[in-house]
Amino acid sequence: MAVPILKQGENLIASIQSALTDTDLVTLRDALVDKVAALRIRGVIVDVTALDVLDSFASRTLRDLAHMIRLRGARTVIVGIQPEVAFAMVQLGLTLEDIPTALDLEEGLKFLGTRR
Amino acid sequence: MAPDDGFVTRVPINSATDLVNARQRGRALANELGFSPGEAALIASAISELARNIVSYAGRGEIVLWRDGDSGLGISARDNGPGILDIAAAMRAGYSTSSGLGLGLPGVRRIADTFDIASGPQGTTVTLTMRKR
Amino acid sequence: MREPEKRSIPPIGDETATTLLSELAAHLRENRTLLRQEWAQRITKAKLLTAMTEQEVFTEATAVYDQYVEALETGTFEALQAYARNLSERIIPRGVETNEVVGIVLLLRDVLARSLFAKYQADFAKLNRILDAYEPAANRIANTVAVGFVQERERIIREQQEAIRELSTPVLQVRERLLILPIIGVIDPQRARQLTEQLLLGIRATRGRVVVIDLTGVAAIDSSIANHLVQTVEASRLLGATVIVTGLSPAIAQTLVNIGVDLRKMNTVGDLQGGIEEAERLLGYRVTQLSARDEGAEPRSG
Repeated sequence: MAVPILKQGENLIASIQSALTDTDLVTLRDALVDKVAALRIRGVIVDVTALDVLDSFASRTLRDLAHMIRLRGARTVIVGIQPEVAFAMVQLGLTLEDIPTALDLEEGLKFLGTRR
Repeated sequence: MAPDDGFVTRVPINSATDLVNARQRGRALANELGFSPGEAALIASAISELARNIVSYAGRGEIVLWRDGDSGLGISARDNGPGILDIAAAMRAGYSTSSGLGLGLPGVRRIADTFDIASGPQGTTVTLTMRKR
Repeated sequence: MREPEKRSIPPIGDETATTLLSELAAHLRENRTLLRQEWAQRITKAKLLTAMTEQEVFTEATAVYDQYVEALETGTFEALQAYARNLSERIIPRGVETNEVVGIVLLLRDVLARSLFAKYQADFAKLNRILDAYEPAANRIANTVAVGFVQERERIIREQQEAIRELSTPVLQVRERLLILPIIGVIDPQRARQLTEQLLLGIRATRGRVVVIDLTGVAAIDSSIANHLVQTVEASRLLGATVIVTGLSPAIAQTLVNIGVDLRKMNTVGDLQGGIEEAERLLGYRVTQLSARDEGAEPRSG
């Protein structure tokens, strides 16, 4: 299932609509990285509000995504992690390390707006 | 898919696309049993990790879910893969999935109320129970 | 493993057990008014169900009597079990105790047994057969009702405890985007988990960006609770919130160090007031002191 990616100014917003398979996540990652390279993107927001679970593969893929995007000079913010998902992640020892996170799209845009 | 008999749910794991199904079944069962949303998400995540191990290391297997008494959920991840060579290493905290090397088992054991793993050349079975708080 | 629900009384010898039960059920129905009266009298005499009015006792007694006879006859107990839980739900808040419920059921058992003795006293062999059918069923009924009552009671207690716990773990919003979680007393793993859940939900609900967790009221914690605290900080971060921990006693600081926390990396401030000021600073508030009034604060930027 393809994740819709919107361009808003210098930012890309990817809104995940439903549970994603591993393949979907990798496809999303690659699509975002390609777009960041092709367009003049400074910030990427990945909205995971609809994700029921953020397991080890998802965390790893999101981290890879952020690193790859950073290499192309843009920043990533993960927004919309739900309380119970965050709760599960920390208990299983999963981490997004130093990838910025924000509560929702609005906060994510604010964050990107104030950072270079 | 085998029909539920009310006590046991079996979810075949044949590919990565079955992971979503397995964790959604797990979450649904957890909700039915009255686990909190946080616990249900935890159960779904644990199932996802176990099912992913099956796909990565054995190719196929199954996740079995059952009610354990009034307040518990049982989960068993089974496969007939080549087995884990060094279970002790796999279970050592720090052998984490964050670095992409591990099986996520230490994390799963930490959150489980009971945890058991048996692995050999005939396959691997991980069994755990989660209890409602 | 769940046991399959017993659906019928095992036959005593042959299928005449069913016939016998039908016969005695018919007898109990015929003499319903009389027996129910006798039972109600014995309940009063034994000083049971004093929390209920006479009318209420009569109404419930009627329903229990009918359910009892029905269960005796059919050998199925689901209806009785459901009724028992329903009844319990109603009478527990009235202060009815377990011994009373068990007591009245046993009294009914005795009243009915005596009635059977009276009816079949001429035919001793028949009486024996009747009792062989009656006793296991009657005991099963007593058990079902008692267990139903106890389960309901436990459920209510759990709910009350839950409600109390929620009241005692407030997440306070003191300013826009600023939450405080003051923790007092002893924290057990269950409470810790609840605190975290409520905090995360609070962050989402109030769009909190900074959280001050105040541990001034906590003397010490063990390593599992310390781990839990670290997890709470991490989970809050995943929701985009920064956590400041205040009021760490030397004992708690030591426990955190022992589990491998680098206190320099954790945002800690000595006391709650200092924590709030730090939080306001992070949120971009400037705190000013006005001579004629208490401290006020105006936002520097949004």
